[in-house]
Amino acid sequence: MSAVAAPVAGTRPVRGRRRTGLGATGWVSAAVVGLATLVAVVGPLVAPHDPNQADLVQAWIGPGGDHLVGLDVQGRDVLSRILAGARSSMLGPLLIVVICMLVGSLLGLVSAWRGGMVDAGVSAGLDILFAFPGVLLAALTAAVFGAGLWAAVLAMAVAYTPFVARLLRGAMLKERNQPYITALEVQGLGATAICLRHVLPNVFPFMVAQGSILFGYAVLDLAVISYLGIGVQPPDPDWGVMISENQSGILLGYPLPALCAGACIVAVVVAMNLLGERLLERAGKDGGR
Amino acid sequence: MNHPESAPLLEVDRLGLDLLVGGVHRSVLRDVSFSVAQGEAVGLVGESGSGKSMTVRAIDRLLPAGARQRGSIRFDGKDVVSLSGAALRSYRAEVAVVFQDPRVHINPVRRVGDFMTEVLRTNRSVRRRDAGARAVEMLAKVGIPDGERRLDQYPHELSGGLLQRVMIASTLLTAPRLLLADEPTTALDVTTQAEIMGLLDELRSDLGLSILFITHDLDLAAAVCDRTAVMYAGEIVEVRESRLLHDDPLHPYTAALGAARPLLDRTARLVAVPGRPLSALEAPTDGCAFAGRCPYVEPTCTSAAPVLVPADGGAARCVRVEALRGTLGGVPHA
Repeated sequence: MSAVAAPVAGTRPVRGRRRTGLGATGWVSAAVVGLATLVAVVGPLVAPHDPNQADLVQAWIGPGGDHLVGLDVQGRDVLSRILAGARSSMLGPLLIVVICMLVGSLLGLVSAWRGGMVDAGVSAGLDILFAFPGVLLAALTAAVFGAGLWAAVLAMAVAYTPFVARLLRGAMLKERNQPYITALEVQGLGATAICLRHVLPNVFPFMVAQGSILFGYAVLDLAVISYLGIGVQPPDPDWGVMISENQSGILLGYPLPALCAGACIVAVVVAMNLLGERLLERAGKDGGR
Repeated sequence: MNHPESAPLLEVDRLGLDLLVGGVHRSVLRDVSFSVAQGEAVGLVGESGSGKSMTVRAIDRLLPAGARQRGSIRFDGKDVVSLSGAALRSYRAEVAVVFQDPRVHINPVRRVGDFMTEVLRTNRSVRRRDAGARAVEMLAKVGIPDGERRLDQYPHELSGGLLQRVMIASTLLTAPRLLLADEPTTALDVTTQAEIMGLLDELRSDLGLSILFITHDLDLAAAVCDRTAVMYAGEIVEVRESRLLHDDPLHPYTAALGAARPLLDRTARLVAVPGRPLSALEAPTDGCAFAGRCPYVEPTCTSAAPVLVPADGGAARCVRVEALRGTLGGVPHA
């Protein structure tokens, strides 16, 4: 890189990014997701009160004093419970997405690369898994392992994996049929090296985008499972649990605690979906060359 | 033909190939035999659909699923068809392929340096810096003086001709003995084409490389190859020393190909080969595939499939080879 005295100024590397932008929607979504993540990490530490300290005498007291969003059905500080609940509400979906992506990309790679019988076998296995709804699996795992966040995560991971594996198989198959993959094969590079160093990285933007959308669904489904009582167990703070605990308040004229938790879920789900779609658009643009 | 006495490096013997088309096996290659000696350049010429690319894919072991192969392909005495795993990988390192369009055959999101050194680092455990140095050296050999700068660039920053040189240099890094050049200049413009051909020819004499050169351009093949095989509808119709093939063709198809090209000093209307090229899939099994377009056709041509008849130091797949010999002669130069 020494003597670049030649008039190459015009040909400076312009790395493929013509459009860095996610657009306004994308950035707002990213900000919401970032905030939720931050809260999930530091929330329990900055909570003004103990999220589990109940005082039935103070149940359903509205905002005021040092309880910014009021108190819930058992007289616990709603803000503290929202902050503390962010952890399980965000960690659960994250685990689900990570597990699904790991297993899904492995299955997708193997069936896209090998094709033929292997592909047919994996696809048939996925079809069988497709038949089980996530919530049903969650009830099953709760019965076997005991209700809790982990059982719910396991169930949702199993339920989502076929979707992810099928999506990734498609993307990887498209990549596998690119001529440059053939060129690498002909150079004598092994399948593992090609898959890990070329196919996977080139599909990665697509995986991030899909993961983001999947995260949104997972937040919602985990909330549903917790609401049904087979996910996170009360009194542990969780947004889904909060809705189920405080639903009586909606009829009694104290909707704030349940709505707060609901609003958090909606905000994260919508933000994740919008962000995912923006990312997908970008991945499609760059990936399509 | 530096070592005419030694056994051929690549020997394709009665190669036949059936491909799965719409659930049925259809024959695309029949009785394809040729050999490439150490240091020799052999051309494989034919129209689109004549089977030349499928021949290369069979040699590469890149056949589509469901393909059925007959005959044998031997490289340095080893049977290529039975190779697998590590043996297949090391075979592929010895047989390098230069593709038609370098732009789609290089991962667009990796730097040129990553592309060039990957195989060395992975399969030969060469350290990154040493591999880089060797890449720069090889780039200099193919006429790219500022190799270090190029290694840091992305494929889209290089022109087609430059990228084809990069491709050639990268294939040479594993010290191959045979280069399969699959229409390496078709995607380039004419001036670049001449440079790339010159480069390949130079590398052949410098490194003692054998080259199998696939093209649809009879003149180009004649210019760089010692021998040329002409393919039509999945068969080799003529194998000859390139010089002879050009001036004194044995097969009517070769003669027609030679006549059907524009010349700067010829003002007469271009002579086209009548009829439409037959794809390998439609070739008859009981007669000459070219009979329908051949000006010298006679009843015997369509009654039995012709075989390769040795003649004048080559061979032609024509029943009338003795009768037509010498009369198809060359192109009507002014």
